[in-house]
Amino acid sequence: MTWSAAARGAHQPDNTAFTQQRLPAWQPLLSASIALPLFFCAGLAFIGLGLGLFYSSNGIKELEYDYTGTAGTGGCSACALADRGRAPPPPCSCAWHFSLAELFPGPVYLYYELTNFYQNNRRYSVSRDDAQLSGLPSALRHPANECAPYQRRASGLPIAPCGAIANSLFNDSFSLWHRRRAGGPYVEVPLDRTGIAWWTDCHVKFRNPPLVNGSLALAFHGTAPPPNWPRPVYALSPDPNNTGFVNQDFVVWMRTAALPTFRKLYARIRQGNYSAGLPRGSYVVNITYNYPVRAFGGRKLVVLSNISWMGGKNPFLGIAYLAVGSLCILVGFVMLVVYIRYQDQNDEDEDEE
Amino acid sequence: DCTWQVKANDRSFHEQPHFMNTKFFCIKESKYANNAIKTYKYNAFSFLPMNLFEQFKRAANFYFLILLILQAIPQISTLAWYTTLFPLLVVLGITAMKDLVDDVARHKMDNEINNRTCEVIKDGRYFTKWKEIQVGDIIRLKKNDFIPADILLLSSSEPNSLCYVETAELDGETNLKFKMALEITHQYLQRENALTTFDGFIECEEPNNRLDKFTGTLFWRNTSFPLDADKILLRGCVIRNTDFCHGMVIFAGADTKIMKNSGKTRFKRTKIDYLMNYMVYTIFVVLILVSAGLAIGHAYWEAQIGNNSWYLYDGEDYTPSYRGFLNFWGYIIILNTMVPISLYVSVEVIRLGQSYFINWDLQITTTLNEQLGQIHYIFSDKTGTLTQNIMTFKKCCINGQIYGEWNTSKGMSLAPEKDPVDFSWNMFADGKLAFYDHYLIEQIHSGKESEVRQFFFLLAVCHTVMVDRIDGQLNYQAASPDEGALVSAARNFGFAFLARTQNTITISELGTERTYDVLAILDFNSDRKRMSIIVRTPEGNIRLYCKGADTVIYERLHQMSPTKQETQDALDIFASETLRTLCLCYKEIEEKEYEEWNKKFMAASIASTNRDEALDKVYEEIEKDLILLGATAIEDKLQDGVPETISKLAKADIKIWVLTGDKKETAENIGFACELLTEDTTICYGEDIKTEEERRMRTQSKRRLEARKEQRQKNFVDLACECSAVICCRVTPKQKAMVVDLVKRYKKAITLAIGDGANDVNMIKTAHIGVGISGQEGMQAVMSSDYSFAQFRYLQRLLLVHGRWSYIRMCKFLRYFFYKNFAFTLVHFWYSFFNGYSAQTAYEDWFITLYNVLYSSLPVLLMGLLDQDVSDKLSLRFPGLYVVGQRDLLFNYKKFFVSLVHGILTSMILFFIPLGAYLQTVGQDGEAPSDYQSFAVTIASALIITVNFQIGLDTSYWTFVNAFSIFGSIALYFGIMFDFHSAGIHVLFPSAFQFTGTASNALRQPYIWLTIILTVAVCLLPVVAIRFLSMTIWPSESDKIQKHRKRLKAEEQWKRRQVFRRGVSSRRSAYAFSHQRGYADLISSGRSIRKKRSPLDAIIADGTAEYRRTVES
Repeated sequence: MTWSAAARGAHQPDNTAFTQQRLPAWQPLLSASIALPLFFCAGLAFIGLGLGLFYSSNGIKELEYDYTGTAGTGGCSACALADRGRAPPPPCSCAWHFSLAELFPGPVYLYYELTNFYQNNRRYSVSRDDAQLSGLPSALRHPANECAPYQRRASGLPIAPCGAIANSLFNDSFSLWHRRRAGGPYVEVPLDRTGIAWWTDCHVKFRNPPLVNGSLALAFHGTAPPPNWPRPVYALSPDPNNTGFVNQDFVVWMRTAALPTFRKLYARIRQGNYSAGLPRGSYVVNITYNYPVRAFGGRKLVVLSNISWMGGKNPFLGIAYLAVGSLCILVGFVMLVVYIRYQDQNDEDEDEE
Repeated sequence: DCTWQVKANDRSFHEQPHFMNTKFFCIKESKYANNAIKTYKYNAFSFLPMNLFEQFKRAANFYFLILLILQAIPQISTLAWYTTLFPLLVVLGITAMKDLVDDVARHKMDNEINNRTCEVIKDGRYFTKWKEIQVGDIIRLKKNDFIPADILLLSSSEPNSLCYVETAELDGETNLKFKMALEITHQYLQRENALTTFDGFIECEEPNNRLDKFTGTLFWRNTSFPLDADKILLRGCVIRNTDFCHGMVIFAGADTKIMKNSGKTRFKRTKIDYLMNYMVYTIFVVLILVSAGLAIGHAYWEAQIGNNSWYLYDGEDYTPSYRGFLNFWGYIIILNTMVPISLYVSVEVIRLGQSYFINWDLQITTTLNEQLGQIHYIFSDKTGTLTQNIMTFKKCCINGQIYGEWNTSKGMSLAPEKDPVDFSWNMFADGKLAFYDHYLIEQIHSGKESEVRQFFFLLAVCHTVMVDRIDGQLNYQAASPDEGALVSAARNFGFAFLARTQNTITISELGTERTYDVLAILDFNSDRKRMSIIVRTPEGNIRLYCKGADTVIYERLHQMSPTKQETQDALDIFASETLRTLCLCYKEIEEKEYEEWNKKFMAASIASTNRDEALDKVYEEIEKDLILLGATAIEDKLQDGVPETISKLAKADIKIWVLTGDKKETAENIGFACELLTEDTTICYGEDIKTEEERRMRTQSKRRLEARKEQRQKNFVDLACECSAVICCRVTPKQKAMVVDLVKRYKKAITLAIGDGANDVNMIKTAHIGVGISGQEGMQAVMSSDYSFAQFRYLQRLLLVHGRWSYIRMCKFLRYFFYKNFAFTLVHFWYSFFNGYSAQTAYEDWFITLYNVLYSSLPVLLMGLLDQDVSDKLSLRFPGLYVVGQRDLLFNYKKFFVSLVHGILTSMILFFIPLGAYLQTVGQDGEAPSDYQSFAVTIASALIITVNFQIGLDTSYWTFVNAFSIFGSIALYFGIMFDFHSAGIHVLFPSAFQFTGTASNALRQPYIWLTIILTVAVCLLPVVAIRFLSMTIWPSESDKIQKHRKRLKAEEQWKRRQVFRRGVSSRRSAYAFSHQRGYADLISSGRSIRKKRSPLDAIIADGTAEYRRTVES
């Protein structure tokens, strides 16, 4: 076969594998020898993983207490009554008593949980200024427009930190007390409140503005705290390394949650006698009740939990793996049956052809 | 209506104020265009604004412009401005680049043409550029020059100021046409100084696009002379055979007929384009509905929860319904990626790439590729497309004896070696004839049978061919290639036609020159189907020689004519070999009989009314009692591989219609030759359609074009489409287009028209796909076609391989594209239910920006370019594979919805599995990973892995490029994500990159990886299962072939083509003759008998070669 005269000569197409579409290629076919083993192997692997996940999730111990104070549950209902509207309610404390019959294996983590709180609402989650939070002096004085209406005070002073997220900083506080024997004294369990936020957050994303004359307060001079805050940002904590924008509670709060029900880490319990966990005995969690949630139908919980290699207690993934793995095996058998049944028929068809 | 006024040699005349038209407010322009042509669209300044304007005229681009504007409104801006701007810029940029390259090419082309030179006569002679020629100029053209404008022929070097032109570029005909100047200009305008002082004034019609019409008047020397198209040389033609000629420019540049004809090329869109548009509209409607639903949801949520949530206070006093309204726009912006912005540009890129592949393979030009996989009907021209338009003398039957088989001189048939007959004994042989029957030569030399010599003598004398002699070489110019073939054959066999005058003809009979008086030429026409010549031999005998169709000749034979039966048998054999036959016969005429007849003839030829009919009647009287000499068989050479191609295409369920201007007989003959018709085909002629219902038929077109069209047209199309092949004969170029249009309209099928001449241009432009054969008939067909190549047989590769691949690729591409965008976008929808319908995005803005551009585009583009389910060889071997495209099996509304549902399910899995995994969980180190940013990263990672693996599943041809692009895209995603989440970039742009540290913190957790793995598995495993099951239970043709690929490869050496067995020949006339009317008039008028002419063949050969060069440069 020859190409026409016109196709010859200078305009002869390149005869390469690429131009002639003959690149070496692998043409995988979804044949039984690939599909069936794939399903059986995947099924077995998933069931294995599922069992692992399920048992490790089940092995996690969790204690939680709803201290919202709805209708006479526990000691917090009194505080809850005071929780009305938006205005900061008067300080109020209540407590959660519980006892452990055996060791609560450590390390133990203390979380607070909010429900029906839409930190992921778009309007809310954009209301921040990352430039200001990263310590840029210019942004400190000129918060981004997204922060409105928490951009400036009525007096014109820029708010630092600006925005709705910062303004709604969670401000309940907890302390944990332990009594070994009945009638004994309550000993305060040391709560490790450092290192509860991501390292990158405290060291990269959140930075204090440069100190002025060695003073953080002066650095924030000329700014106002968010309206809901009782004290300015540089006074969040007496620890100079944990105050200002890098205050760990603040940083944790500023990492907004994905879903309207969320937990945030409050403290780790890993010091002294409690490094192995919470020994048996009775405990009390003293709660300073400040944060109003009843207006929007939210609830507040305090949670004690330990963790495993895969994190906190959540049976979902383990069950999902088990279900998917079993389905894989089931489908694998269906495919096998269908394959055997139709393989013969196809062969016959071919013979007929 | 002759309002176009041109004055010779007077440029200022045309610049008078009343010839000026106002163009813009005050800028005036002469109504006479100058000769510069402009086909480009932009110049350096207008490119940017005009191109942008053009691009924003497209709905998709405009839509994204609107989105961009919406995003600039702070209340509703839910996505950063760059998420739309960046992809839009990429899309606009790519399109603009392509337009720029195209336009630069047009600029170059225009420049080349405008700067060609030409001689202008004006106070002497000088060369000027084409673009400087103006109306009224007198120009001088030489042999083989292109004509630069439409000019009036004033005089030429030839007698009577004849001028020969080749109009191939205009109408596709390669026959030379002659134009003749007015008597008066011929007489007075030969000399240069006469031309410079020529002051004729022409009034004629305004510029128009009718190539064969012209009316005007020349006023000169106080007399008026009528002008018609015979005196006009049109731009684009080539001067042939005429040493030089002079002419006056009447229309220049944009006013010329060829430019008026070129018109705007209609923008062709493929079926998939239309489908795609409807789907985009569907998606758009879905987008609005979904946004509206979510907006309502938001208003409700706001009333129930949002209003009571003090932490959401934003200082604005909006009502919940107003917030819902704002969120509607917010969702329009967020969900805009449902309407795929890069769809159109990707489709264009894929088409361009596929065009390159086709080009690399076949030497084809450009861009409706996937449509090639959906052809139902092919409309083919005959001459030059199916056939080479080369006639060769193959066989003959003399006195009942057939010559032309491979006979050795011993008369033994079928010698093992085919050695052609040696014609070297004959000084006039042109060496082009390959003839294998040595016995015939012996017969001629021995002279044993007088009929043999008589036979060739007849061929040499009975024709209207004209001859030229240069350097001792004879050159024939025939009105039809059949006639040329016969005269050349006679010449090779020793009976060379040497010269003719008005009434003599000189023949060299085996070396002896003899001159005969031609008493009359009874010319050919399609009713008579024969031509005769009456000559007086030097001895004084009068003889009539006649050649014509067997049917008409047999009616007129003498009852006692010998070898009737043998010749009839021979004719049948020739017919079964699809050779074109003519019968030859002669008769002696008594002097007295001739005298008597001649009187009637003279009377008839000066009759003022019905002259043709009167002549026919007179001819009839003398053409009787003929004595049969034999028959000739000419082969109308097919292009290479035509029958194979046609049978392949037929197996692919493509119907082939041949549309030809030829006569019925010719068309039928060629139908048999290219195996479109076979002996067991029932042929139904158009005339008797009414009665029967038929399997196959052919039709005469004139029936079709009567009034009361609608129903008849529909009936015609319905009937014709029942037939497996249709041949329409005697169709004009316009009718060709109408036939195509009818099928397009009533059958809603994809049509392809293929042709090589300018007479096919209409058809090529009308059909969905036009293919131009770059052959002898000029370049017009190629220019207006979508594809062009050199031979008909490439069509099978174009359709069965490239068309099919392109279609499959485009369909897979589109299905995947809609899937991937739905899977991506609808995650926002599911997330809405958990964020108060607040138009929160489920991904980082940068991810949204780059998803369509970087993370998911390359693999699908490569699949659209490279994928092939079965190899080219197997595609050709199993034409049945082509059917998927014709039936729209791979992309239609059903498949579209399947893709959407697939996308929707994928988005659900992508959202809900991470959601379950994130419920109240914490990280490995106790820190809460259930933050928004980690969640976004988890979903995005699962999405990228899923869609890239999905394209891996869809790819059936994994080259290293595919593998590289798929894994590359995933790697690119992780690379870019880690960069964008790095500390460094946050320090530089703290507000733009807010996800600092998320990737490293989240992806450190095995829990998140397990979530991603499960999500990907749940997305993909069902696809694998469904594919496997459907492949096992309902395997498609292509699946089966793929399965047995190895075995099929082993038996690759199948017979390329079985020897075609033709059934027993039935009685049918194989008569065919391609021309309508000879040059008899011209010969008897004596005008064309020139003293001297150059060899015509040489000129034509030179000319085409030169023309090619011009076109290529």
